[in-house]
Amino acid sequence: MGLRKSGYSQRLACISTFCIVGFVLSACASLTAQESPYIVTYDHYLEEPGNLEVEYFSTFGTQRGGNDFHAFWLEFEYGTTAWWTTELYLDGQTTFSDSTIFTGFRVENRLRLLNREHFVNPVLYVEYEQTSGADKILKEVEGHDVESDFAEPNGVLRQEHDHELELKLLLSSTFKGWNVALNPIFTKNLSPSEPWEFAYALGASRPLALKASPDRCNFCRENFIAGVEMYGGLGDTQVLGLADTSHYLAPVVAWNLPSDWTVRLSTGFGLNDNSHRLLLRWGLSHEFSGFGELVRNLFGGRP
Amino acid sequence: MKVLAVLFAACAISLGLAQEESLSPKQRAMYAILDEVPVSARARTNPYQGSAREAAAGGKLYEQHCVECHGAKAAGTRYGPSLLRKEVRQTPPGSLFWILTNGVVRRGMPVWSKLPEPQRWQIVTFLQQINEGRQMQPTPPGQD
Repeated sequence: MGLRKSGYSQRLACISTFCIVGFVLSACASLTAQESPYIVTYDHYLEEPGNLEVEYFSTFGTQRGGNDFHAFWLEFEYGTTAWWTTELYLDGQTTFSDSTIFTGFRVENRLRLLNREHFVNPVLYVEYEQTSGADKILKEVEGHDVESDFAEPNGVLRQEHDHELELKLLLSSTFKGWNVALNPIFTKNLSPSEPWEFAYALGASRPLALKASPDRCNFCRENFIAGVEMYGGLGDTQVLGLADTSHYLAPVVAWNLPSDWTVRLSTGFGLNDNSHRLLLRWGLSHEFSGFGELVRNLFGGRP
Repeated sequence: MKVLAVLFAACAISLGLAQEESLSPKQRAMYAILDEVPVSARARTNPYQGSAREAAAGGKLYEQHCVECHGAKAAGTRYGPSLLRKEVRQTPPGSLFWILTNGVVRRGMPVWSKLPEPQRWQIVTFLQQINEGRQMQPTPPGQD
């Protein structure tokens, strides 16, 4: 009875939380974002201060030697200042003919290092993640991550718990409408015996039109940004290099709608035998302006 | 009657000027950034100068990306300064473009180089247009 009551209270708490979050978000104004199409690579643009972007992403992956999967994550990205963005991820996955599970969370911070725009703009990325071995969102492909790591059933994979610190240097340049971004990635499992792992992500993208039309339109070419990204592992401190690593090449496209939504699509193709054959990703995001101010006012801040 | 009209106009102009001059130190520091724009950037000319079409497109972009901080009438909010003041009006388009590109990151304005260069010029064209419309008349009290 006690357990049932506790479960009921938890559900009630969950529903209340969703209602409060829903109320707060509905009270915020929306605005049209100009989001990049990348799903793995980061450019140097941070969230506008006080804005909250809520994003949902899905990854469908093929799996040799196991069941295909659908991994998904929810991102809450908040612009703390013009030089600091903080983000929370909640990850989960469904492995077909197996189960659906929550696989962990990540907290990241991105810090802009220079005040002005330069040819190459560096941003420091620091992330802490607490995930299980069953996490399949493949937001990064690190070290010696290969397809066969994901073939075990969820019941086995979720026994492994990872506490990782991830550092990235986000280098990005925008020239004549093109954005080119390179992210060297350094990951340390916080267990002392684990080595540092290395990875990379790089991307290039460009809007289909550089000039905006005077009309408010869904299908104007300037609303679409197309590009390509490539990502993969580079080994670890014990075995550095491309041996036993996986790599992907993914054409990407983002559609920034005037109704304040952004849709992203990516089809990732494995580039070697260690890679999943196909990673099909899509994402939907919405940006809420004035979220910080609203929360501040709710807690008695100066209106 | 004419004398009264002239006196009224003079009062309105002086009120407007007084309004424009009343700046807090924080606001003054914000506008002072316009003087920090490199000479080479300041000298750049607006390729869309005077184009009504590009100004209209700039207005759309302004509504999408700038309204939140600078207000629907560009008169400023708690988060961003007015873009209708003489400091902005007298600033060359190249300076506005430079500020838009580089932001004023430590004071809360993000960089907007993610908008392609033509779109940034379209926003500058829009800002020039709304300020040109105002050049004929003093700032109405309470607008800034």
